[in-house]
Amino acid sequence: MRAPAPRYAANDGVIDAARAALGPWLLDAREHVGEVALVVDRANLVPAMIALRDTKGLEYQQLMEIAGVDYPERDERFEVVYCLLSLTRNHRLHVHVSTDEDKPVPSVTGLWPVAGWLEREVYDLYGVLFSGNSDLRRILTDYGFRGHPLRKDFPLTGYTELRYSEEEKRVVYEPVKLAQDFRNFDFQSPWEGAEYVLPGDEKGSQPQGKGAQTPASADAVKKADAAPDKTVAANAPETKTTESPKQTGAGEPHPGNKAEGKPQDPDVVPGKGGGQNQ
Amino acid sequence: MSDYVDELLHKTDAVDPTTGDVSIQNYTINFGPQHPAAHGVLRLVMELDGEIVERVDPHVGLLHRGTEKLIEYKTYSQALPYFDRLDYCSPMCMEHSFVLAVEKLLDLEVPLRAQYLRTFFAELTRISNHMLNIGSHVMDVGAMTPNLWLFEIREDCMNFYERASGARMHANYFRVGGVHQDVPLKLLTDIADWLDTRLPRLFEDAISLVANNRIFKQRNVDIAVVNREDAIKWGFSGPMIRGSGIPWDLRKSQPYDAYDKVDFDVPVGTSGDCYDRFMVRVEEVRQSARIMKQCLAQMPEGPVMATDRKVTPPKRGEMKRSMEALIHHFKLYTEGYHVPAGEVYVATESPKGEFGVYLVSDGSNKPYRCKIRPTAFSHLQAMEFMSKGHMLADTTAILGAMDIVFGECDR
Repeated sequence: MRAPAPRYAANDGVIDAARAALGPWLLDAREHVGEVALVVDRANLVPAMIALRDTKGLEYQQLMEIAGVDYPERDERFEVVYCLLSLTRNHRLHVHVSTDEDKPVPSVTGLWPVAGWLEREVYDLYGVLFSGNSDLRRILTDYGFRGHPLRKDFPLTGYTELRYSEEEKRVVYEPVKLAQDFRNFDFQSPWEGAEYVLPGDEKGSQPQGKGAQTPASADAVKKADAAPDKTVAANAPETKTTESPKQTGAGEPHPGNKAEGKPQDPDVVPGKGGGQNQ
Repeated sequence: MSDYVDELLHKTDAVDPTTGDVSIQNYTINFGPQHPAAHGVLRLVMELDGEIVERVDPHVGLLHRGTEKLIEYKTYSQALPYFDRLDYCSPMCMEHSFVLAVEKLLDLEVPLRAQYLRTFFAELTRISNHMLNIGSHVMDVGAMTPNLWLFEIREDCMNFYERASGARMHANYFRVGGVHQDVPLKLLTDIADWLDTRLPRLFEDAISLVANNRIFKQRNVDIAVVNREDAIKWGFSGPMIRGSGIPWDLRKSQPYDAYDKVDFDVPVGTSGDCYDRFMVRVEEVRQSARIMKQCLAQMPEGPVMATDRKVTPPKRGEMKRSMEALIHHFKLYTEGYHVPAGEVYVATESPKGEFGVYLVSDGSNKPYRCKIRPTAFSHLQAMEFMSKGHMLADTTAILGAMDIVFGECDR
């Protein structure tokens, strides 16, 4: 590892030791960028954690963090990641468990009381349920908040906004009103990773036949011109261009910003030519 | 006569209230969210029996700003300034975890001078953070003067921040691949002078007022004793776990940047009470000064930023002359750089404890998930068992010795 990241004990033999201690509870084990990740069966999470904590040679005494991750394209969309730390062996690993909106994850509060709030946070932000956590309330969001904001399908702006109302003398909640549409520009280079079709490049996304195309006869060209192929335009996702003000999402200009709405300045005498440097 | 005495002996006020006794019930009070000793927006719902704390339910999240969600919509370099705003008392230490996590995913080599500069400023940040915490802790238990003196030191630290990065608080100085700018030599000599003269004078003066003060000890010794098992179970880190007698310091056991090249001691408490946690921080300030002096002595000349142009942007001057640099500059400030897919958990020793970043990359130019591990979450959660059975006034001492900042706790 060339990066100056924290250097802890080597990963050698950790996966083998974990495989021996967990047996069939361990679904997958991998080592990537110098970190060991264990994927554990959800139903057997608690005995697996006890084994990781108490087995000689593993000894992960501290639970430092529980992180939720949302992968909407997976069958079980949520992944709950437990970051464990061994004080005696000076080693870290993470344990992954997958679940969805309905299937609860067994709580590890019996092993580490610190898990109480960490599980509450994952519940609050992702809606993952933990069976056995006696105090599964929301923790970070507002009192009476609805929804789980860190899910990928939750909009960044949220649904409600609040302000202090001078008339009602209290804070009022209202649906979010944006003065300008939320714009999330994708600056990714179209050659690596961008998922839309560049303007003018619609034909490039069509599958091409093998070999060179047969030259079209004059008749076929005429026919094609008469009835342009609509399927290309229909299949291509909306292109990201801003050729007209409508496409910027900016909406109508403020009345005060329109040309006719501008007040006349008596000091300004229009020049003859109308230009600046006449 | 004798049965009368017997009767008296077995009678307690609790079981048999007589006239004159008032039976009281437990009552619930709110501590905060606008209480100055709550160190920000903490709301503690407390159940009190007289003045004895029976139950504490901390309500956090009043400063939740959705940092983790916002970071998912920003490129890696745009995400960095959010870290300054987490623990706004030690901004550069927050940046440290994030840049190390991204560098680990990129497997990026960082020049030695940059590693020393980051170590150096992380320790300056530690001093600045501890000044605020020590000062407000003693003020919470009734002393005024030390806080004013310690704020002098904090002000100096902020001036040094400004001279290095241009900002007094939200520095955005640590970057992926190094630091943003090299520091002028005059700044380093000024800090060296400050470490030799002004810091020890002001600091030792202020500490001499409280360290052996009778009132301060009465308020802190044997308050909220946490034994080693509890400290491990509750996920303690930093001065909280060291105060309980476990010599665990990530700078020592899992060294990052230049920490393996400097020599320092890890102070450890003996009884695990609020006074121990306080004294651990006091000693850490002295050790930080020691580390900074060694950094100054050892720091080599050289570049302060990695030269991999696919990750680190070129300097502005270079950009004006070289077409290649102009293209890289444009690409890095619009698209940003792509980080290889993977997931890492990188934790550093922030002044408050283990500050971790769990970073999931999907190979694109934005983090797929960036989970921030705040130090305060595990410490504040232990508030319930730490303050049970103590007096109401002790909660301020317990909170002060925890060192909690809500920007970081609530994210």
